[in-house]
Amino acid sequence: MSAKRGRWLGLYSWLLLAYLLVPIVGMIFFSFNDVLAGRPTVTFEWNGATLRWYRELTNVVGLPEAFWLSIRLALASMVAATVIGTLLALALVRYEGKRFRGRTAIDQTLFMNIAAPEIVMGASLLGLFASYHVARGFLTLLLSHTVFSIAYVTVTVRARLQGFDRHLEEAAGDLGATPLTTFRLVTLPMIMPGVLAGAMMAFALSLDDFVVSNFVSGTTLPFPVWVYGASRMGVPPQVFVFGTIIFLLGFAGAIASLAMSRRAVKSV
Amino acid sequence: MTTTTSKSPRLGRLTPYLLGLPAIVWLAVFFVVPLVLMLAKALQECNPATGVCTMSWNFASLSDAWSSSSTIIFRSLGYALAATVIDLVLSFPIAYWIAFYAGRRKNFFLMMLLVPFFVSFVIRTVIWKFLLSSDGLIIHTLQNLHLVSSDYQILGTTFAVVAGLAYNFLPFTALPLYVSLERLNPALLEASHDLYAGRITTFRKIVLPLCAPGIFAAFLLTFIPAFGDYVNQQVLGGFTNTMVGTVIQNLFLVSNDFPGGSALSAIVMGISLIGILAYGRLLGSKSIGDFV
Repeated sequence: MSAKRGRWLGLYSWLLLAYLLVPIVGMIFFSFNDVLAGRPTVTFEWNGATLRWYRELTNVVGLPEAFWLSIRLALASMVAATVIGTLLALALVRYEGKRFRGRTAIDQTLFMNIAAPEIVMGASLLGLFASYHVARGFLTLLLSHTVFSIAYVTVTVRARLQGFDRHLEEAAGDLGATPLTTFRLVTLPMIMPGVLAGAMMAFALSLDDFVVSNFVSGTTLPFPVWVYGASRMGVPPQVFVFGTIIFLLGFAGAIASLAMSRRAVKSV
Repeated sequence: MTTTTSKSPRLGRLTPYLLGLPAIVWLAVFFVVPLVLMLAKALQECNPATGVCTMSWNFASLSDAWSSSSTIIFRSLGYALAATVIDLVLSFPIAYWIAFYAGRRKNFFLMMLLVPFFVSFVIRTVIWKFLLSSDGLIIHTLQNLHLVSSDYQILGTTFAVVAGLAYNFLPFTALPLYVSLERLNPALLEASHDLYAGRITTFRKIVLPLCAPGIFAAFLLTFIPAFGDYVNQQVLGGFTNTMVGTVIQNLFLVSNDFPGGSALSAIVMGISLIGILAYGRLLGSKSIGDFV
């Protein structure tokens, strides 16, 4: 592993990361682009800088509602998937062989859930809700988003749990702590970075999702579904502003959790 | 949890099932049952006038769906394969670099790979459409440099669809590759070098075999979603490169043909399952979770 080779690989890697960011830089840049005449829609010809779309953020009918719906949906499905997924991860890591029958089937279901084409999941969920006459809306979106996030949370938390020193829990038990106290004071703080990472993943997956949402949303449109519909007739510039806000929030959250896990590593 | 066992053995035995119960119920009701229902729907016959369906074990619907869409299915498989191979080639070097050279900044670079996800992929794809359009920045620059002719187009072509798929699914390839490379013991590479193996030999005989599970996982996690995707094709493609996802979407949401849509979805799921089961058979299902 020569240093020279590392430099070339490093240069390549930076270029690839830059390429991944191209549309995002484009989005942020053109959120400041003025529109000269007619119904305001996004163009990629530079018409001069303006803060107009930031000031008129809520002027587009339906867009702010779609944005808030997406945020609420992402938070709710994040909480549900993180709790449910973490509990499953505990069960999978702690109980081997005969003590937990069906582990293999669960492992396979998790992988299938992650790998399955979204279109099939969306279509089959639509079929489920339609055959039991469940009205499509926030509830169906929440149920569906939670199901595709659970598996991601479980594998993320499980990875963290696998390097866990069980003796700490035994020590807590020997000192008279009840299982619940042990979990609260020993287990949970230790696996917290994994739980946070899983939660962030669930949040991002929900915000990003289009395909499943498009099937189960009915007339309650989350942000990506709204944008997709609008993209046929021209995207209002405010979409880029909302996109920029989401991106900056997500970026800040990622940096914060990175800093937190670094501190956690140091303190152990 | 060991303390539970000592206090009440019965509860202790039940603990794993109780912990897993919410997830198991959720996955069963909202993942497994819908898939089974979908297969059942595909085998039913429906009266178009009344909308009433009866189970008739109509396996012909599957073969009908196959014969009417096989061209589109093979095309989708081809696009997904092209995008996946591109992603494997593009992301292997960066995964290698993060695993062996990034040092303490590993987590930062991994995060940078995920950062594009914070902006919905619908928006990312729509922006690519703007950037690639014939009066957009990229084609304009190429034309000014006289690298392409004045009527050159990217949008609507197969190239645009495959490039869009490759762009959107790259992190799904890079992360499993990184996980498997990270586990590789660098001492093995040095040993191989000391024994006068060239770089290519080391790559072929050490890196590839040891990373095979990760490469396979990366392949599946990119290939299967790309195979079923329709957003890239709808936004970046044209009329000649329809993918199977578009057809399924239209059957369900435009023409309201649930049995037809279910039959085609069942075929797509079946093809995806072949890959997933092959992984389990060759490499064991336990290692699967390590790469996602």
